[in-house]
Amino acid sequence: MPKLTIEELRKKRESTKKSIYLREGNFKGKVTVHMGTCGIAAGAREIMSTFLDEFDDREITDIMLTSSGCAGLCSEEPMVTIEMEDHAPVKYGKLNPEKTKKILNEHIIEGNMVEEYILGIGSERAG
Amino acid sequence: MAEKRRIELMACAGTGCVAGGAFQIIEELGKEIDARGLGEEVSIVPTGCNGFCGQGPLMVVIPDNIFYGWLSLDDIPHLVEEHFLKGRPVEKLMFTPPEEKEPLPLLSEIPFFRKQLLIVLRNKGIIDPEKIDDYIARDGYVAIEKVLTSMSPENVIDEVSKAGLRGRGGAGFPTGLKWKIASQQDKTPKYLIANCDEGDPGAYMDRSVLESDPHSVIEGMSIAAYAISSSEGFIYVRTEYPLALKRMETAISQAREYGLLGQDILGSGFDFDIEIRGGSGAFVCGEETSLIHSIEGDIPEPRQRPPFPAQSGLWECPTVINNVETLANLPVIIARGADWYSGIGTETSKGTKIFSLVGKINNTGLIEVPMGITLNEVIYEIGGGIPDGKAFKAVQTGGPSGGCIPSSLIDSPIDFESLKQAGSMMGSGGMIVMDEDTCVVDVSKFFIQFTNDESCGKCVSCRDGSDALLEVLNRISDGEGQEGDVEFLEELAETVKDASMCGLGQTLPNPVLSTLRYFRDEYDAHINEKRCPALHCRNLIQYYIDPDKCVGCLKCLKNCPTEAIMGELKHIHIIDQEKCSKCGQCLEECPPKISAVIKATGSDIDNLEQLPEIVACSDWKTMKIGAA
Repeated sequence: MPKLTIEELRKKRESTKKSIYLREGNFKGKVTVHMGTCGIAAGAREIMSTFLDEFDDREITDIMLTSSGCAGLCSEEPMVTIEMEDHAPVKYGKLNPEKTKKILNEHIIEGNMVEEYILGIGSERAG
Repeated sequence: MAEKRRIELMACAGTGCVAGGAFQIIEELGKEIDARGLGEEVSIVPTGCNGFCGQGPLMVVIPDNIFYGWLSLDDIPHLVEEHFLKGRPVEKLMFTPPEEKEPLPLLSEIPFFRKQLLIVLRNKGIIDPEKIDDYIARDGYVAIEKVLTSMSPENVIDEVSKAGLRGRGGAGFPTGLKWKIASQQDKTPKYLIANCDEGDPGAYMDRSVLESDPHSVIEGMSIAAYAISSSEGFIYVRTEYPLALKRMETAISQAREYGLLGQDILGSGFDFDIEIRGGSGAFVCGEETSLIHSIEGDIPEPRQRPPFPAQSGLWECPTVINNVETLANLPVIIARGADWYSGIGTETSKGTKIFSLVGKINNTGLIEVPMGITLNEVIYEIGGGIPDGKAFKAVQTGGPSGGCIPSSLIDSPIDFESLKQAGSMMGSGGMIVMDEDTCVVDVSKFFIQFTNDESCGKCVSCRDGSDALLEVLNRISDGEGQEGDVEFLEELAETVKDASMCGLGQTLPNPVLSTLRYFRDEYDAHINEKRCPALHCRNLIQYYIDPDKCVGCLKCLKNCPTEAIMGELKHIHIIDQEKCSKCGQCLEECPPKISAVIKATGSDIDNLEQLPEIVACSDWKTMKIGAA
């Protein structure tokens, strides 16, 4: 590794920031893939992989990708919940990689919900 | 290129967690993650000390920010399956505050972390200390870039003076002023030394900084060296800190590789490099002139000041010695500016201070808090109070050089001046919490024993004075205290302070003086009534079994290591005081609902000795329970 100039140090700082973005926690949205036994059986892993690949390709670093247990609507699996800043959570069901990419493009990136796949909007109330 | 992963496990690999098996846990996590095909999605980042040492081994799951503590190898397969595969965080591994039932899943919800303000420890638990790129990603080496491109050495000194930064090693000397004195010297070369000869019992902040963020110390040293026009630095680390040494070595070689240490740093023409010097664990080496002698290869004894090291230090050249924590503040002060920094803290104490919170406290760990926070906030809000519902008695700040602060001063703010006023000092930041069961005579004994062992022996007042202090303290705690002992302690303590040359001798009487100031009645009780109010000093206590409560269950009898208990099943047990070693095992063994074992001191012993059924060992055979 040759010695860095100031310019190179600055560039390195920009590029390394991308490798620790998860830890900085500056997210404007969150994608939750439901990974209960039912979800996994219906193909939730594939949905998760699709998100991972797409986030990687498009260098998306401001959306948190996480998993959760069964959402209680097993027949609609695989399911995801999309929560964008200042918007109610939206649940999508019966997904496949194609539908997933469409949701990513239209909802997450452009901010328009994909009405045809929506199961529900808003959270269930506790109690 | 963004990394293709969704979860990072920030696994604490500080010395505390490593001692608890962190490396084995990290290995096991790796295996389980791979076994479930999650290798690409989940990565493990070994970090420096997280701070919540009492919960170790621990980790934080990013990005959810879930805190898991007290991990064991057996927990790992379940944890990986449930949380990382199925997305169901595991409640039983989360932190539950004592006396509460509901766990607090998120790190941000845990009171221990909430009141902290991280400047020095800004990267703890967020970066892998062995990766320079992680440090750079967190705005690392921004400050040295700013210094080298837009500031003169005078500008740097002015900025740090304006920030109000004071040395974190103990005395609180203004850092900017120290640099100014060194920079005004004509003699060259000039040297910079980072002091990581941390020796106070219970203090481990410097070790943690080196372990969790070594590059912040390197960057801080580069800034300081630039300010005083030095091109050669030393970092003096005790060799009992192998992990800190290893991470520092790694960090120095990475910084050299990137040209952040060495010749012509970042093309600026500034040269600076760092050499590590290992100390062999003599407490006196923390004193700057002893440390200099140690680096020179001489016997580590202090010398008279002036001249101060900033005037004439290492090899008689101008030398600045800064503490590790002081140095780690510098990158942030330079990057964010003096005005920002001086807005934190009190009138005379700016910024934050790291404390190691240990002793009788629920949340043991390392904390960084703004100056001016009260002891109450630290002990009850961050520290979670005293275990087992016991009462808070005092806190020792500043290690063996400091003093103890009683519960009546719990609302005092923590800053250099307030602690001094209370008869203690900031010191390096050890905070040893004591509860009602702690005997202050015993505390004094402990610290004087420590300084007596560590005195280099050069000054009679320190070497023999600590001997004499210890002798009297031992006598008092052995129940052989005499009238006039307290006055003698006071007089001797003042003499040792006045007549000793270096900080070790000048401050070693502080634990005695401060306990005498606040707990004189306890010393008097030991001397005049042969009573230890905390029921701690062995020569002043005795154990008895209450015949009205004893059910003759044999538990204490069977577990007594000196076979001092007489009796048989359903017969009242009696302790033979001749044989009793006062270990307290019987008190531990007696079932709580029976609570027949009495621990007595002073006149209580005399009263109990009057009762034949409690002391008449030869008659135990007649004492069948229910036979009356």
